[in-house]
Amino acid sequence: MLRYLIVLLAMLLPLKVFAITAPGVIKKSQAVLLYSGKDFKARVSMKIIIKSGQERIRELTMLRKNYGDVSGDQKYFMYFFQPADVRNMTFMVYKYPTKDDDRWMFIPAINMTRRIAAQDNRSSFVGSDFTYEDISGRDIENDDHSIIKEENNCYVIKSAPKTGDMEYSYKLSWIDKTNFLPIKEEYYDKKNELYKVFTAEEIKDIKGFPTIVKRTMTNLHTGSRTEVAFTKVDYNIGIEDSLFSERFLKQPPKKWIE
Amino acid sequence: MDRINIVAFFIFILASIFCFLLHSYAADISIHGFSQGNYSFSISENPSGKDFKWAEERVQLKFDASRDPFRIFIKTDGSFEHIEDKEDAELREGYVDYTASKWDLRLGRQIITWGLGDLLFINDVFPKDYEAFFSGRPMEYLKIGVDSAKLGMYPNFASFELVVIPNFKPNNYPSSERFWMYDPMPGITNRETKEPDTKLNNTEIAVRAYRDIKGFDASIYFYHGFMRQPSMLPDNMMTPSKLTLFYPELSVYGTSFQGRAFEGILSLEAGYYDSRQDNAGKDPMIPNSQTKFLIGYQKQLWEDLTIGLQYYGEYMHDYSEYEKNLPQGFPKENKLHDFSTIRITRLLKNQTLKLSIISFYSISDKDYMINPEIKYNFTDQVWGAIGENIFGGDKNWSQFGQLDKNDNVYLQLRYEF
Repeated sequence: MLRYLIVLLAMLLPLKVFAITAPGVIKKSQAVLLYSGKDFKARVSMKIIIKSGQERIRELTMLRKNYGDVSGDQKYFMYFFQPADVRNMTFMVYKYPTKDDDRWMFIPAINMTRRIAAQDNRSSFVGSDFTYEDISGRDIENDDHSIIKEENNCYVIKSAPKTGDMEYSYKLSWIDKTNFLPIKEEYYDKKNELYKVFTAEEIKDIKGFPTIVKRTMTNLHTGSRTEVAFTKVDYNIGIEDSLFSERFLKQPPKKWIE
Repeated sequence: MDRINIVAFFIFILASIFCFLLHSYAADISIHGFSQGNYSFSISENPSGKDFKWAEERVQLKFDASRDPFRIFIKTDGSFEHIEDKEDAELREGYVDYTASKWDLRLGRQIITWGLGDLLFINDVFPKDYEAFFSGRPMEYLKIGVDSAKLGMYPNFASFELVVIPNFKPNNYPSSERFWMYDPMPGITNRETKEPDTKLNNTEIAVRAYRDIKGFDASIYFYHGFMRQPSMLPDNMMTPSKLTLFYPELSVYGTSFQGRAFEGILSLEAGYYDSRQDNAGKDPMIPNSQTKFLIGYQKQLWEDLTIGLQYYGEYMHDYSEYEKNLPQGFPKENKLHDFSTIRITRLLKNQTLKLSIISFYSISDKDYMINPEIKYNFTDQVWGAIGENIFGGDKNWSQFGQLDKNDNVYLQLRYEF
């Protein structure tokens, strides 16, 4: 009897593991998009193009290290090259999935390290059309997820924030069935009108990790868009824990920021 | 050859040598800087009759070269000033870094910022330029570089900074030609400033130890040196004919904590100021020992809108001795001098437009300073700021009350490269 039960369980188990659920797809997608490798480095170039056509450039090196499993804690270290008034500034984030981040900024002109208040992850990142959440992820538990259809080798997932105080009512994500990266995202406002679109334009395989190296966020309300290019991307480069400290915030090591 | 040329020549020669040496060793070299116009119009004319608190054009060059484990950094300014029509060259910072895995050393002129206060300083015992701050110069000019050696040590259990300053450098206060200020002895014009001599016994030492304690950034501080605000010593208390301005001995013992609390950032800082030349508090010419403390809270109310609140106090020890010994006719300070500050910052237009206001209001002295400012980044290279410094209060001798007639409107325009 026991033997039959085990066989039965063994047959059921893989089914349960491989059953496709919307939160499961989102989790897998976040794992690929934000948690690949033990650590990660990229030179990030952001071009913000406002409605009038005027362009602003933000250029930085981003370093990230994972602590614990997928959707666990992470530490980020950013060093700015451009624009001129933020050159040599560094920015450090300790990200926790279920509570507010710790954020520090270093201002070289007066050699000062400051903690900065960080309650709103929907805030714009350095004035771009991307938010902090777009850069470092959103807690899966904050939304209700459902698969609404499958098309072009993608799962199309609707994610609706559980609380009503968000600036969007829901988001549709097209997640590639093969590599689990988001190919496109559409944000709908309170009137259920499309107002923000994310697109992944170029994906490269780097050390076996599929990586979006060109992406754009377009805001249909303001008419601005931000194009982001990742260069010098690398994974598993052995970033030390000590990098994420006041010492190196003040004196960012050349070997990591170049 | 005047001073500007000598300094400029010296810097040029040094920079050339560094360039040559570093180039031949294939180091990373970068040169950046800015050119800037900075004008501050006095709403009431200055004591000297002039209309501007500040009016200058300035160029800054930053030279940065590194080849592990060394780095050289030079930040030097050249300016042309219109109020007195003079040119000036200034080495703002210039130092050499050596970085090892568990320690580092910075030698030379450097800006050091400690403590948590927003424009309120307890454990930041390093020199400041209040003239720059009150004249509407960019914020970075509030801090003055000190010629010093700074040793950083980073064992696993905590981090340490040890600063040794061989030459005393005082704070810079507004000049009596440009600013209306209270003077307790206006009749005595024969004045002499005596800075502490450069000798081993007068070497200033500052130590900071810091680490994380349960998610809070915790620091302890120690300083042994001098007050950077001068005290006045009359040659004769009854019929003074000469005043000597000197810098009394000071030690500071302090601590600070900062972390996330109440959905914002909470800052706590305190320091005991030991007035070593007036331990009993009997000398009316030297400030008594004090305990200074600060509570700060910062919160992002919504996207791109941040508010910061501070409560700050200076508690005078041996107050009864102070009262007993204070000469007739001198203004009497309160036992507790406290004030509160509010800062509100709003970012707009992809964070290229910044509206900010900071206000200081002293509860004990009933005086205030308000500084609203609009800053706009026209391009990634060019920004401009317009702001106003507004002072006032009941008493003509209190910190901001004495500055009542010095309101000014300023413009800063900078091109960075």
